[in-house]
Amino acid sequence: MTDIATYNFAYLDEQTKRMIRRAILKGIAIPGYQVPFASREMPMPYGWGTGGVQVTASIIGPDDVLKVIDQGADDTTNAVSIRAFFKKVARVEVTTETAKATIIQTRHRIPEHPLNAGQVLVFQVPIPEPLRFLEPRETETRKMHALEEYGLMHVKLYEDIAKHGRIATTYAYPVKVEGRYVMDPSPTPKFDNPKMHRSPALQLFGAGREKRIYAVPPFTDVVSLDFEDHPFEVQAFDQPCALCGAENVYLDEVILDDRGGHMFVCSDTDHCEKRRADSTSPSWGGRAEGAGGGIGQSSLSTPTPALRADPPHKGEGKEAK
Amino acid sequence: MNIATQSIDGGFPEPVFNAQAVFRAIMDAMARPGTVQDLPQFARPPAPLSATAAAVALSLCDNDTPVWLDPPLQAEVSVKAWLGFHTGAPMANTPADAHFALIANPKEMAALDGFAQGTQEYPDRSTTLILLVDDLASGSSLLLEGPGIEKTSMIAPPGMPRHFVEQWKQNNQRFPRGVDIILAAPGSLACLPRTTRIKTMEA
Repeated sequence: MTDIATYNFAYLDEQTKRMIRRAILKGIAIPGYQVPFASREMPMPYGWGTGGVQVTASIIGPDDVLKVIDQGADDTTNAVSIRAFFKKVARVEVTTETAKATIIQTRHRIPEHPLNAGQVLVFQVPIPEPLRFLEPRETETRKMHALEEYGLMHVKLYEDIAKHGRIATTYAYPVKVEGRYVMDPSPTPKFDNPKMHRSPALQLFGAGREKRIYAVPPFTDVVSLDFEDHPFEVQAFDQPCALCGAENVYLDEVILDDRGGHMFVCSDTDHCEKRRADSTSPSWGGRAEGAGGGIGQSSLSTPTPALRADPPHKGEGKEAK
Repeated sequence: MNIATQSIDGGFPEPVFNAQAVFRAIMDAMARPGTVQDLPQFARPPAPLSATAAAVALSLCDNDTPVWLDPPLQAEVSVKAWLGFHTGAPMANTPADAHFALIANPKEMAALDGFAQGTQEYPDRSTTLILLVDDLASGSSLLLEGPGIEKTSMIAPPGMPRHFVEQWKQNNQRFPRGVDIILAAPGSLACLPRTTRIKTMEA
């Protein structure tokens, strides 16, 4: 490097990286436990993924290939700017393809394409403490984790059932990791919770403002909390993706005009683009999450927006029956 | 060679990238217990500290982390000077004060429960043990299971501490408290985090 005034590789100084690396190792050794760390100021505001960025900066090397997603999309502001950040400060190769990436930093989605061993998924976490809204005092929540006292969380889920007839939590759905720690999987839709269970990829979680790092090693049990008579269920959608026809994937509602036109499209843009680019691929027909059954559509036409006849949000995030 | 020169030589030739490569090897080993991660020889420490153990220390230790040395390492002034120069880590007076412990002779090492175990509230405040072993395949086999392992994995480091399987079982029972182990062999390393269980093999 000939330029004199430059940042250290991957922006952070080496002592900060060592401190974060030590926290990551403890996190892996104690799955689901939130390790306190000395979070640094980053050149972006809190809420934009400072925790995830610090974790990525501490693990990334010159040979890594980085993918960044924001709600499943590679092309939204947060994803684009974090990708550009690492391209600049670490000069790493970046990609939008899930299968090609070695590190995937994500804000609130897990890609539809199955992850494989050797990949690292880095989550940006706003509020790492699953018990925080039930008990605001850190001293108390820490004691509750220490004593494995999670009754309060079950009361919260029970109150959901009492009020709504079902567990109404649809994102940041609490999970129990390896039968011990209750963990906030970050505000991913609960649709993605089953993907965390015994995933072959390493999952790291960074919360910058709250100064916590936690981890789920590969092949680790991640069980969503539920009741025998109200088992955990993921969202189901009435219709396939309007662009690629995928079923059993997580869909976003896109508003098309001001007359109620809307459509549902894949939240994972890479998955959707891949399927549209190659309609003969075996993935055509909703193979994500092991779901079978393609749709009988052989050629793609411009989707016709459905006029909204039903009340807003029907079909979105609907519970499976 | 006098101690001053000896303690300055032998650090990472490329501190930023070597530290990252060593950390990734440790992270992968910790995330997949029992897998052996290859490591090029980056550091050249004075004996009896091994290159792998020294690389681990250089990539993880600094002035925030008291390091404890076992008697064979403690006896070598050059090792202390080398670690002091390259990491700036203070020496821990007792095993219970240590964030990291470097152990050149695991066979004779103190009991695992003598090291910092962390507390129930802060189980991360525990010692990470770096054990110097000759290899990872010639000792008695340890069949491993737990998080990070799909079904089972196998590792066979020679010269492990006395009653290691029994001691490790007790370490498991202290969860979430407990120690984690990095096994540093020449050219490779493997990890045993506190969640890994050793299955006792039937004869």
